[in-house]
Amino acid sequence: MEQKLVALSGNEAVAYAFKQAKPHVAAVFPITPQTEMMHKYAEFVANGESTTEMILVESEHSAMSAAVGSAAAGARTFTATSSAGFALMWEVVYIAASLRLPICMGLVNRALSGNINIHCDHSDSMGGRDAGWIHLFSENAQESYDNAVMAWRIAEHMDVRLPVMVNYDGFIISHTADALHMLPDDAAYDFIGKFKPNYTLLDPENPITVGPLDLTDYYFEHKSSQLAAYDKVPGVIQAVSEEFAAMTGRHYGFCEEYKMDDADMVMIMLGSSAGTAKDVIDEYREKGVKVGMLKMRTFRPFPHAYIAEKLAGRKAVCVLDRSASFGGQGGPVFMEVRSAMYGQQIPIHGYIYGLGGRDFDLKQVATVIEDLQKVAAGGAINDINLLGIRS
Amino acid sequence: MASQMVEIRWHARGGQGAKTAAMFLAEAVLSKGKFGQGFPEYGPERRGAPMRGFTRISETPIRRHCMIERPGIVIILDPSLMDSSAAGVTAGTDKDTVFLVNTTESLDATRKKLGVKGATVHTVDATGIALDSIGRPIPNMPMIGALLAVDDMMTIDELKAELVDKLGTKFSQVIIDGNLAAVERANKELVSA
Repeated sequence: MEQKLVALSGNEAVAYAFKQAKPHVAAVFPITPQTEMMHKYAEFVANGESTTEMILVESEHSAMSAAVGSAAAGARTFTATSSAGFALMWEVVYIAASLRLPICMGLVNRALSGNINIHCDHSDSMGGRDAGWIHLFSENAQESYDNAVMAWRIAEHMDVRLPVMVNYDGFIISHTADALHMLPDDAAYDFIGKFKPNYTLLDPENPITVGPLDLTDYYFEHKSSQLAAYDKVPGVIQAVSEEFAAMTGRHYGFCEEYKMDDADMVMIMLGSSAGTAKDVIDEYREKGVKVGMLKMRTFRPFPHAYIAEKLAGRKAVCVLDRSASFGGQGGPVFMEVRSAMYGQQIPIHGYIYGLGGRDFDLKQVATVIEDLQKVAAGGAINDINLLGIRS
Repeated sequence: MASQMVEIRWHARGGQGAKTAAMFLAEAVLSKGKFGQGFPEYGPERRGAPMRGFTRISETPIRRHCMIERPGIVIILDPSLMDSSAAGVTAGTDKDTVFLVNTTESLDATRKKLGVKGATVHTVDATGIALDSIGRPIPNMPMIGALLAVDDMMTIDELKAELVDKLGTKFSQVIIDGNLAAVERANKELVSA
């Protein structure tokens, strides 16, 4: 298939992907660094390239509420936000998942206050990790675009019917011009397909109730059926990704496995920093250091069995978190990975890095690899370490 | 690979178009089958504030997303930034760095201001050229014209074709023609040792 090579910012790339799904409704409220994405989308609508109804709301709480109402009415719906905007959606973010509404959202990752910071970290999405959404993470503009195309197929799959957030790093991806291949509109829409709602609020012949009072008698059973839904998600993600690969030549799974085949030492991370890490991993590989990486694409559902299998037999493992869990045992990704490795006698340590957009540079990756070598040789290191901080 | 990668750091003041230039260049080299990455450093966004932009150009896909710490080329859009140690125009540079400075001063005076040894310094009056050709003191596109005199990443005609493509739908023919004339002139008027 002919795919156009273009240079776009991550925000523009995601705006194109969402447009190609021909959504009926977008719920729109600005926040840096997401704003530019909806700017681009508004341009499509103003130019007549998209017929999406843009609902301009007065807050993010209203944005997610409008998205829930729209999706429950049977419309293909998306929204986007960052940081404090996502925090303000909080209550309704849970409702979107609990009602099994296949809303897609661009979450342009940005630190939470305070102090006020507009730059990237993953605190926003990690705050919403238990709300029931599917979390996809992207390394660059290409992956942001691809994830935003695949998000619809995953969300709207009849075995899934859950909201999907496409995470991409604020500024580092959202505001960087990056080369990517874009699908023609027709091919993208053919892949995504027409939205078939399960039910609609707007059919007076078949009235339904959405979101009623659900107390001690049945709430738990409803949560039980919601919990079961996530078991089916990995299979759908895999199938959609394989179909996408057949069309585009770009392969996705739960993780990207980078130089993993013979790796004694493995680092795990998500987002744009993985690209920087690859360049340094290559340098150490040239020196014969057997280091590899698992770059996580799906954080929810967490691919625990896959992670356990991929890490079995390694000599040292470390996890890099671009968010902190204050008072917790390391960052959210570290806790998940260590839990997935329960029973395996492999040393694992973690790092917190890049908070508030602190540059994740080549030297930091080198530090990580040197630490891994020490641990693999039997040396000791703290469970959790801060990377790239002033001493 | 990293060794084939050109890394450019732009120093400017808000309003001089460094963000546009850094990102436009990344886009323009695609037509040459190269890969580009362009991004500004976001801080206080106000006219006149010192700011930096970054462009990477490579024969292979660019994977790293960190700041550019050791630029091969430094482009200075506002000469007053050389007087400010906070602007850090020489940070991470060495004898192999190429400086392109928008200034009316001589090469010697510019080199002295930069305070660098060994590095290659070029000057061009990009603001004057922009005023003459476009009618506005925006030196960003002329500096790309000047850049092509020291790096063969693309020809001046290829740049002009990309410019027409980029500006075509948004600007009047007068502005487009002005930009085309400006990049051509800056390319020819670059002063080198």
